[in-house]
Amino acid sequence: MPSTYTPIATTTVGTATPNITFSSIPSTYTDLILIGNIAQTSATAYQGYVYTNLGGTNSNTYLKGNGSAAASGRYTGGVGSYFAIDGVTNSASTFGTLICHIMNYANTTTYKTNLIRYSEAGKDVEASVGLFGSTSAITSVSVGMQVSNIAVGSTFTLYGVKSA
Amino acid sequence: MIGSLIGIIASSGGAVGGDYESIATVTVGSGGASSVVFSSIPSTYKHLQIRYISRTASTNANPEGDLLLVYGDPHAGNGYSHLLYGTGSTAAATNSGASSYSQYASYTTTASQTSSVFAAGILDVLDYSNTNKLKTWRTLGGWDANGSGFISLSSGIHNDTNAITSIGFGMNSGANFAQYSSFALYGIKG
Repeated sequence: MPSTYTPIATTTVGTATPNITFSSIPSTYTDLILIGNIAQTSATAYQGYVYTNLGGTNSNTYLKGNGSAAASGRYTGGVGSYFAIDGVTNSASTFGTLICHIMNYANTTTYKTNLIRYSEAGKDVEASVGLFGSTSAITSVSVGMQVSNIAVGSTFTLYGVKSA
Repeated sequence: MIGSLIGIIASSGGAVGGDYESIATVTVGSGGASSVVFSSIPSTYKHLQIRYISRTASTNANPEGDLLLVYGDPHAGNGYSHLLYGTGSTAAATNSGASSYSQYASYTTTASQTSSVFAAGILDVLDYSNTNKLKTWRTLGGWDANGSGFISLSSGIHNDTNAITSIGFGMNSGANFAQYSSFALYGIKG
């Protein structure tokens, strides 16, 4: 059987930055998997978000728990799919785990749906489903911060999974 | 529209691969399909993963969409599944009850949701060929249509210690899968 789950690119943040981008993504895979170990630079919790080269409508529905309560909400009309990252004061040296699956990213028939798991000690455990509302193929994937910067030491790897 | 069963022999040959291998893929054509089945799954992997996008031809206007079910064979008895979900305003949980052959996977968009919006899901079953264990399904899935949506985590028990050799999907409503729905089966070595 054909082996898959192939690393496409990886990056480590050496200087705090508002975003990182994987561009010129080949169209030869079926799904993309973005794995990140991420922290941000502000003392205040802010939203991170995964976004692409697609225009159109972007939104995501989330489910999260903070250790005492479960909640669900939705972001609409933004630039990507959002997740909450704790402030650096509360979680010094703590990096959250981000796993974003972008399904059938290169097809030109359907809108693109992504599934995110984000977990961070001392903050939330979170799952979300997001819409990249365009039938165009995704050729770049980025992670950005809504207000602050992505912290030094954050790492990101993009994988491709190809179905038979 | 007359639905059709789409099945695929998962043991069809291919080149020797690495630790995460693509076994088979089913993509629904213009005629729709009442179910998607992977049969004759080889026992040579440690775990299985199925990655999918799905939409149904159902016209139900339920805000959560249509429930996608998963079932495995052989099975000795009925199983049980749980669903933890978020609607975009409410977090809650539900279960299938104690008598169900099919287990909850996730919710899927219907013809009532915005066209071109497909639900997505990732289903894992670990140790699927271990004959000393009952098997557990685990799914992360859902859909978002910019103003509506449904996200869920589910788990279910496959109540049989025999190795799973067939996995199928169908809609709880009995509706057909819509064209372009696609299910991909992967094997993970260990």
